[in-house]
Amino acid sequence: MNQLYASRRRRNRIAMGLSLLATVFGLGWLVLILGALIWHGFSGLSVAVFTEMTPPPGSAGGLLNPIVGSLILTALAILIGTPIGILAGTYMAEYGRYDRLTTVVRFINDILLSAPSIVIGLFIYEVMVAPMGHFSGFAGAVALAVIVIPVVVRTTEDMLLLVPNPLREAATALGISRAVVIRKVCYRAARAGMLTGVLLAVARISGETAPLLFTALNNQFWSVDLNGPMPSLPVVIFQFALSPYGDWQRLAWTGALIITFAVLALSITARVLAGSRKES
Amino acid sequence: MSLPLETALAPSTRGRALDRMRVGDLGFRLLTRAAAVGVLIILGAVILSLISGSLPALQSFGVDFLIAERWNPVTEKFGALAPIYGTLVTSFIAMLIAVPVGLLISVFLTELCPLWLRRPIGIAIELLAGIPSIIYGIWGLFIFAPFLQQTLQPFLIALFGNIPFLSSLFAGPPYGIGVLTAGLILAIMVLPFITSISRDVFEAVPQVLKEAAYGLGCTTWEVVRRVVLPYARVGVIGGIMLGLGRALGETMAVTFVIGNAHRISASILAPGTTISATIANEFTEAVGDLYTSSLIALGLILFVITFIVLAVARYLLLRIERRVG
Repeated sequence: MNQLYASRRRRNRIAMGLSLLATVFGLGWLVLILGALIWHGFSGLSVAVFTEMTPPPGSAGGLLNPIVGSLILTALAILIGTPIGILAGTYMAEYGRYDRLTTVVRFINDILLSAPSIVIGLFIYEVMVAPMGHFSGFAGAVALAVIVIPVVVRTTEDMLLLVPNPLREAATALGISRAVVIRKVCYRAARAGMLTGVLLAVARISGETAPLLFTALNNQFWSVDLNGPMPSLPVVIFQFALSPYGDWQRLAWTGALIITFAVLALSITARVLAGSRKES
Repeated sequence: MSLPLETALAPSTRGRALDRMRVGDLGFRLLTRAAAVGVLIILGAVILSLISGSLPALQSFGVDFLIAERWNPVTEKFGALAPIYGTLVTSFIAMLIAVPVGLLISVFLTELCPLWLRRPIGIAIELLAGIPSIIYGIWGLFIFAPFLQQTLQPFLIALFGNIPFLSSLFAGPPYGIGVLTAGLILAIMVLPFITSISRDVFEAVPQVLKEAAYGLGCTTWEVVRRVVLPYARVGVIGGIMLGLGRALGETMAVTFVIGNAHRISASILAPGTTISATIANEFTEAVGDLYTSSLIALGLILFVITFIVLAVARYLLLRIERRVG
């Protein structure tokens, strides 16, 4: 009998030890990756990175044009994707909560949420770049918007579903129409959560590379022309990191550092925002 | 008995205000409905555009496209077998590592971890999911691959060198980059997805069930193994499928470290390619309609595979949500 106890206890200790080990292993990667980014990227961080254009191989320069390009593409994508996402999420949580359509849209939306982003790039290439005959920043922004929509739909629906029904009933009892109830009461109650969704979407697309490769392409020069190829930070990192030039690789590391910390700051902000809403 | 002027007028102004409200409501309702239908249209458009784009390639190669290994832009003969194989093998390696590790982390988070540490560790693991895939790529190429080249790969080659079958699976030289490296990077990338979903379904296991098992004298491991896992099985499989969907479609990280060689090697240390890496590398340089169309056909295959995997995942997760709710 004692032997059985001992073996069960031993097995338990081994399993729990392994689970502790697995956690250390998982967290280890985060430390290793962030450590490498800081180690290789921090030394290249200077004012010139934010004020100078991408250099030709062998000379000094910065990342000004891709940074600006990324900001423009991200802003435009959010501008296109957010309204559509919020409206669709509104339908699913408010007007059509018990509709057949809502069930279908939710299922499809969840699939779009994790669809390979390179396929989205191919899609935009087929419907925008090929007919127009040239790569354009606008096509890149639309490709990113297609990625934004499912994120915003999901969070909008979830957050509106959390709004207590008595709020809606009280407002409706005042004789206000449903549209006004949604806009003036529900949106206000779910505001923090919906903002979280938009922040998460920004975090998601600001590091996306694959959908931009053959939509916005890249540009060595300063360009704010949405109708032409546009540089973006992830694509420049991709190009510079795979190049044989030391200067370019160093700039790629610096760019990677900038992107990662921007994305992590965004997602932590989103989490804090979502967390504070829960507690209040 | 005559009504005062104001009240006589009031019903008609009220009627007009009500009409305006009704129109406004109807308009908003239609607008939101159109947006919801728009989500469906996007998916339909993705599928249609991929099919129409890949038609030339599918017509000229037929079934051969799926089963041929050749990929020759010069003679314009294309077959998708090597990228499909690479996609499946790298994802398999990733799941082989990420599933047990992810499950063990969720066991730690739900059973062992002190309460005050749960949230920070959970967030840290989720931050791993937030790091853009290009960062994994650059890190994998400059840091992880050289490290593997010097340590793990020579070790594997030496270890399995004299064992039949395994020796060809781990045949060297150690390049650093290759199928195994891509699989390992993918494992790190899907780990947070599997961890956060299985943690959520583990937490959904009723406390009473666990307490009853503990009351019978079960050890923590026995409770996890005999009570938590069977109860959460469907959700865990859903989470695994979701992670698999990510691994199959992942592009940038894999493109950096897989080596981009259009061939199927027995050794997992050799360079290979995946569907997404092929598209990312070759699409902008593809000359000729047939080449472009073949790459789009690759995209279509990838989309179909991930669509099926993700649909199964969502279906399973939906089932567990219904049971909880």
